[in-house]
Amino acid sequence: MSQLIVDIKKKSFSTGADGQELTVLKNISFELSNTEFVCLIGPSGCGKTTLLNIIAGLDDDFDGAISINSGHHATPPSYVFQSPRLLPWRTVLENIQLAINDHDSLPLITHILQQLGLSDNLHSYPNHLSLGMQRRVSLARAFCTPSNLLLMDEPFVSLDQAIARKARELLLSLWREQPRNILFVTHDLDEAYTLADRILFLSNAPTCIIDDIKITLPRAERSENQVSAFKEQLRTNHPALQAFL
Amino acid sequence: MPRSSLLNSTLSLGLLLLIWQLTASTINSPVLPSPILVFNNLLNAIQNGELPRHLGITLYRLTISFFLAMFLGVAIGLILGRHKKLNLFFDSWLIILLNVPALVTIILCYIWFGLVETAAIVAVVINKLPNVIVTIREGARNLDTQLLEMASAYRFGRSSTLFHVILPQLYPYIMASARTGLALIWKIILVVEMLGRSDGMGFQIHLFFQLFDITSILAYTISFIIIIQLIEVAILKPLDQRSQRWK
Repeated sequence: MSQLIVDIKKKSFSTGADGQELTVLKNISFELSNTEFVCLIGPSGCGKTTLLNIIAGLDDDFDGAISINSGHHATPPSYVFQSPRLLPWRTVLENIQLAINDHDSLPLITHILQQLGLSDNLHSYPNHLSLGMQRRVSLARAFCTPSNLLLMDEPFVSLDQAIARKARELLLSLWREQPRNILFVTHDLDEAYTLADRILFLSNAPTCIIDDIKITLPRAERSENQVSAFKEQLRTNHPALQAFL
Repeated sequence: MPRSSLLNSTLSLGLLLLIWQLTASTINSPVLPSPILVFNNLLNAIQNGELPRHLGITLYRLTISFFLAMFLGVAIGLILGRHKKLNLFFDSWLIILLNVPALVTIILCYIWFGLVETAAIVAVVINKLPNVIVTIREGARNLDTQLLEMASAYRFGRSSTLFHVILPQLYPYIMASARTGLALIWKIILVVEMLGRSDGMGFQIHLFFQLFDITSILAYTISFIIIIQLIEVAILKPLDQRSQRWK
């Protein structure tokens, strides 16, 4: 059983030379378990990326604790960034192999690349691919790692509507096949609603969690009508979330 | 394209030779021997084994000091470029090293270490090192932090990060300092050999200067130029092309 427990008391940056402190995150605690898909939604600049970086272990300058329980062996979370962040001087295959530190998993890599429609691009260099393809490679890289936690930072943000919808479907089908906890940051409530088991709503900085809402409706039934019904329900039952609607 | 560029350089070199020949025959003095005399001298020097021996020794010194300077320079430049405090502390050292005249370091090395091979190589390395450090430091300051974050998120580890993330980004800086470095080392190594060695190109040229043998000086110079061109065409250019595949 895999589990993520986040308990951040405080995270602040010092600004300028006068040593003033700007608090970005305050009292954020939540858990993910049983291959949950959780969306984090919040206004821009509220420190969502900072939060993900802390969970990923890129930033350890904070008060609190992060615990990632992944059963028998501890693998770090995989991370899909806002931009693809591939090494341009290494091929698609090399990029993935470097990230998973294991050169024996070629069947898995080719299988995942095939699912993402990249089976012909195993030996291409990232600069020879379109941006959409590069994003899919970075998704493949994340799913090829045997990690039980996947962090995603607005991965579909600059794609147009149709392609973004396609990308979300691909993500869900990969996730069903290779289940793991996903923490997905977005600023788009519609996107969060189509993807998540649970949505965490974040406030402006200093950021804390305003609300934690479970979505029980099966994903297949989440049509556009359902989105508006969901929003209507939020409007009446959760007046604090007015800013997100 | 390579064909026309070959034609181009042949024509341009041919013109240079022609000008040389015309000037030499107009002046008609031992101070400027004609290209044919120089060429004959060159063949002679190659046949009697004098030139290959001295050129070989100089090339050997060049190779060792070049790789030592590049290796140390990349390592130190990378460290200084990544650590602001260290860089601030050692910046003045670097400026001093950059500005000590080559002749002074050479003489000091010979005085401190004696007229030995090590002194010669250390002197060349010290002269070349600060230039490499400065260039690499510039590159290390401009490393892509997003890629470094990605490498640490996926736990690349130190050596993977160095070889797959950092060095490929430093590559253009390394090539730039290799090119300028090669030219600089050639120049310094001859002075080093002239002052304290009894073999090598520098020693020979000094000897020819004392004998006023201008033909030999020019013949040796030409052999140099050919070697430099060979290094450029056979090593540096292919390296450049290989590293550009991904662009």
